[in-house]
Amino acid sequence: MSAMNDGTTEAATPEEKAAARDATSWAKSVSRLNVSEVPEGAVNLNVEGRRLASPIQGFGKMWQKTYQARIPAERVSPTELIATWKQRFPEFWPEGNRFYGPLTGIAPGDVALITATLPGKMKLSTGVMVLFADEESFTLMTPEGHMFAGWITFSATSVGSETVVQAQVLMRASDPIFELGLALGGHRQEDRFWNETLTSVAAHFGQEATVDTQVVCVDKKRQWSKWRNVWQSSAIRSTLYTLGAPGRAVRRVFS
Amino acid sequence: MPEAATTFDVREVSETARAIDITGDVTAQSEEVLMDAYGRANAEGVAAIVLNFSGLDYMNSGGIGLLVTVLVRAQRQHQRVLAYGLSEHYRQIFELTRLDDAVGIHDSEDEALAAARAS
Repeated sequence: MSAMNDGTTEAATPEEKAAARDATSWAKSVSRLNVSEVPEGAVNLNVEGRRLASPIQGFGKMWQKTYQARIPAERVSPTELIATWKQRFPEFWPEGNRFYGPLTGIAPGDVALITATLPGKMKLSTGVMVLFADEESFTLMTPEGHMFAGWITFSATSVGSETVVQAQVLMRASDPIFELGLALGGHRQEDRFWNETLTSVAAHFGQEATVDTQVVCVDKKRQWSKWRNVWQSSAIRSTLYTLGAPGRAVRRVFS
Repeated sequence: MPEAATTFDVREVSETARAIDITGDVTAQSEEVLMDAYGRANAEGVAAIVLNFSGLDYMNSGGIGLLVTVLVRAQRQHQRVLAYGLSEHYRQIFELTRLDDAVGIHDSEDEALAAARAS
């Protein structure tokens, strides 16, 4: 908004409105992630000091996965749905997985820790940063070492008499181990994860929804130059951390 | 939110480079027009795609995702992708999303073309 000489303000120009929309929707630039607070039960093992990783920095094939559910528009509008989803994001996650976000909900720049359950009941500690959030969508981006390099955009739109709620993942497996894991059931598990999440979101608004899944391989090539990402693998570090639990417990007793 | 008129105009800026002039908003809804523009720019012998963001009004995370898809398509054709005309804000977004690892960012079209020639 422009200030005038007499102290009043004149209506914002379209450029000013766009700039204001941008300033509030995008996370501020950071070179490395910083976790301000570690909630009880969370492990800040693979987030602090890490850089974000887009699909460009990942190793595996590049995938775009889109999950959609439909809710009658009279039950919820897109903006109401996104406001609720941002506010109660962890509640919609499938059992066995924890999202330790701020109690105030999802906001650009927030860093959240995650404990995910992988096949074999293995616990994996990782996290995400809220890259973007506005009234109709929000995007979480992964740090180096996460299962995949990329982002997930959650959005809602009006289509005819329905509100279409969507989660869209754009990703590459971060390293060769995760790429193998995706091929050996990881993709199925991820599809199930987001199917259950969208089903929970729809159920919150009283709708028993069927989730449509669309998977597109954007790039079949693996980026072999990125195989070294394995050194930052959250799976390896989480496993070592779990194996070291008895030793840490003994040390606590004697300290 | 109503979509602003978004256009992607393709120009031949040299024998081996095409510029895509982006005007308006770049969001997930821009997919069809952006991919169509890339299809027109992707002529035989083109080694560089120069994205001109001088007319960009707004871009959200869906738009950034589209740029990654364009980048992948260009890399398949062994083409470089360069950009100019980004505001300071969007330069920071390119850094934040690490798109700048793969997209060369320049201050002007001349600089972008010089970089394309040098590679």
